[in-house]
Amino acid sequence: MRHRNYLAPDGSIQRPLPAFASNAKLLIELYRSMVLLRLFDRKAVALQRTGRLGTYAVSLGQEAVSVGIASAMREEDVLLPSYRDNGALLWRGVRLEEILLFWGGDERGNRFSGPVHDFPFCVPVGSQAPHAAGVAYALKLRKQPRVAVCLFGDGATSKGDVYEAMNFAGVHKLPLVFVVANNQWAISVPLRQQTACETLAQKAIAAGFVGEQVDGSDVVAMRAASEEAIVAARDGNGPRFIEAVAYRLGDHTTSDDAARYRPAEEVQAHWKQEPIARLRAYLVAQKMWGKADEEQLATECHARVEAAAERYLATVPRRPETMFDHLYADLPEVYAAQRRELAGEHDA
Amino acid sequence: MPEATLVEAINLALARAMEDDPDVVVLGEDVGVNGGVFRATAGLQKRFGAARVLDTPLAELLISGLCVGMAAQGLKPVGEIQFMGFIYPCLDQLVNHASRLRNRTQGRLTCPMVLRTPHGAGIRAPEHHSESTEAMLAHIPGLRVVMPSSPERAYGLLLAAIRDPDPVVFLEPTRLYRAAKGEVEDNGEALPLDAAFVLKEGRDLTLISWGAMLKETMAAAEALSAEGIAAEVIDLATLKPYDEDTVLGSVAKTGRCVIVHEAARTGGFGAEIAATIAERRLPSLLAPVTRVTGYDTVVPMARLEQHYMPSVERIMTAARKVCQFS
Repeated sequence: MRHRNYLAPDGSIQRPLPAFASNAKLLIELYRSMVLLRLFDRKAVALQRTGRLGTYAVSLGQEAVSVGIASAMREEDVLLPSYRDNGALLWRGVRLEEILLFWGGDERGNRFSGPVHDFPFCVPVGSQAPHAAGVAYALKLRKQPRVAVCLFGDGATSKGDVYEAMNFAGVHKLPLVFVVANNQWAISVPLRQQTACETLAQKAIAAGFVGEQVDGSDVVAMRAASEEAIVAARDGNGPRFIEAVAYRLGDHTTSDDAARYRPAEEVQAHWKQEPIARLRAYLVAQKMWGKADEEQLATECHARVEAAAERYLATVPRRPETMFDHLYADLPEVYAAQRRELAGEHDA
Repeated sequence: MPEATLVEAINLALARAMEDDPDVVVLGEDVGVNGGVFRATAGLQKRFGAARVLDTPLAELLISGLCVGMAAQGLKPVGEIQFMGFIYPCLDQLVNHASRLRNRTQGRLTCPMVLRTPHGAGIRAPEHHSESTEAMLAHIPGLRVVMPSSPERAYGLLLAAIRDPDPVVFLEPTRLYRAAKGEVEDNGEALPLDAAFVLKEGRDLTLISWGAMLKETMAAAEALSAEGIAAEVIDLATLKPYDEDTVLGSVAKTGRCVIVHEAARTGGFGAEIAATIAERRLPSLLAPVTRVTGYDTVVPMARLEQHYMPSVERIMTAARKVCQFS
């Protein structure tokens, strides 16, 4: 199974970089997005700890996966994310406060500023994969040069949903890219108890298309592999499967304590691999980035995150009866009566 | 008007919907070349092509999930599950995605899909082919659950389901597929969803049923009228949301109600109707609302299934008892 990486953990170059890496502006944009995401995560956790946000899933250690893939997509492509793909949503134009609104328990967060056709976070594991196949089928049927991109974690590869979707995508050569963020742990279950396969990428073989392993802590590799897969899918060459080999440095969610099941030494070792320091080391070595840039970015991201949190906290709650408002296109009278009941209006 | 069986009416409606709207896509196991195990999709692939009449892998979860993805892109997928006994892998998709996509995205994405499946006992089918778990589906907020009981209503309600902007589970009474015949005009006209149909008017007693059990319910009503009991018969047709007004209006008039369904009694949809009547029409009632249902057992295989399903006699006994109550 092919394994792709370009940047070593110390930021040194392993092999000639892909063409896009000569675009300093793009590399810096990838870097900025990952830094913003990490700061945003920290703020979200702080809000959760102080009772102002619900359960939240951090991207710590996996920033390169969702930022890398989203950066290779076009606006008209369709993203089908799992609950840990904040980075992809941010890159696609979803606002920070909208993500907070969702995790804060308000459906309006899913009516977001990103592309109108993108799917919201999928909380059940892997059930978005069949949707991605349906979306991709529709794109192909209408002969549109668009691609569906479906993200999920390693735990999802144990589910029939994912295999059923991959199998169908292979049969119909759909314009669909599957990306598994293999962060080694499905809550407390390690990869080795999840599968006897040597790689997750090889699962694509059974579905009849190409899979590859990518260093998921190397955003250059993630972007390069994603771009290749998306272009191939757009050109009618069928689906691809990318296994982003990464590591979840944080807990599964704010409701989890990974210290209960995961050795500290393992986590510490992976901190030496993490994606942000890695890209920074490369940028610094290339003299594309310096201390002043870093300080300015930190200030900027901090201000953005704080402002977003303020807007989130200041959002006026919905009136209770609005829970009926998007139940059906037209609310059947029998439920309209329940809506009136909730609103405190009394039927004659 | 030409005569059609219920399954032929389904086929006519599918063809009409596909003709009228290029976004309608039919998918499922064996729906293409084979035309479906019951021939509901016969001839469609030849007429509309393999891209729009799509044979899927044998994977029910996938079929329902594909429908969600297609619908979110603006297609109007009509998925077929070969037997209702195989619909359970779809429940995750129906509960967690199809029924709530509109709500969870506050209208940004919608899910105009139809999932069709044969429903119910009485055709001497193998194990796992005879259950009627419509109450389970009717419990899901955001869904519509529709069940026709005649070829005419199958045609009109299926067209309505396909044109509806929200997800619909369309349950087709297997027992009536070929047994029910009627005149169906292929005029492209839909019948209203969320509305019950009064099949027979009467002043003494309200009989409520849906799907295949309307056959026995109507037969019972005819026999009761020979005994001088005028039963009003309501075909509920849409179970989610169900037409409370027609039900309550009828009960207000007759003061007596018998609900007939072949699903098991406990937690069956009859309980929902009985509770609504108790809450809203207690002063009108002259007798307890009574259910005639399947038993709380596994639906027996062929040799005993006729003893499981409500018979004309069981319905008549319940109706007489309700009429004699004082």
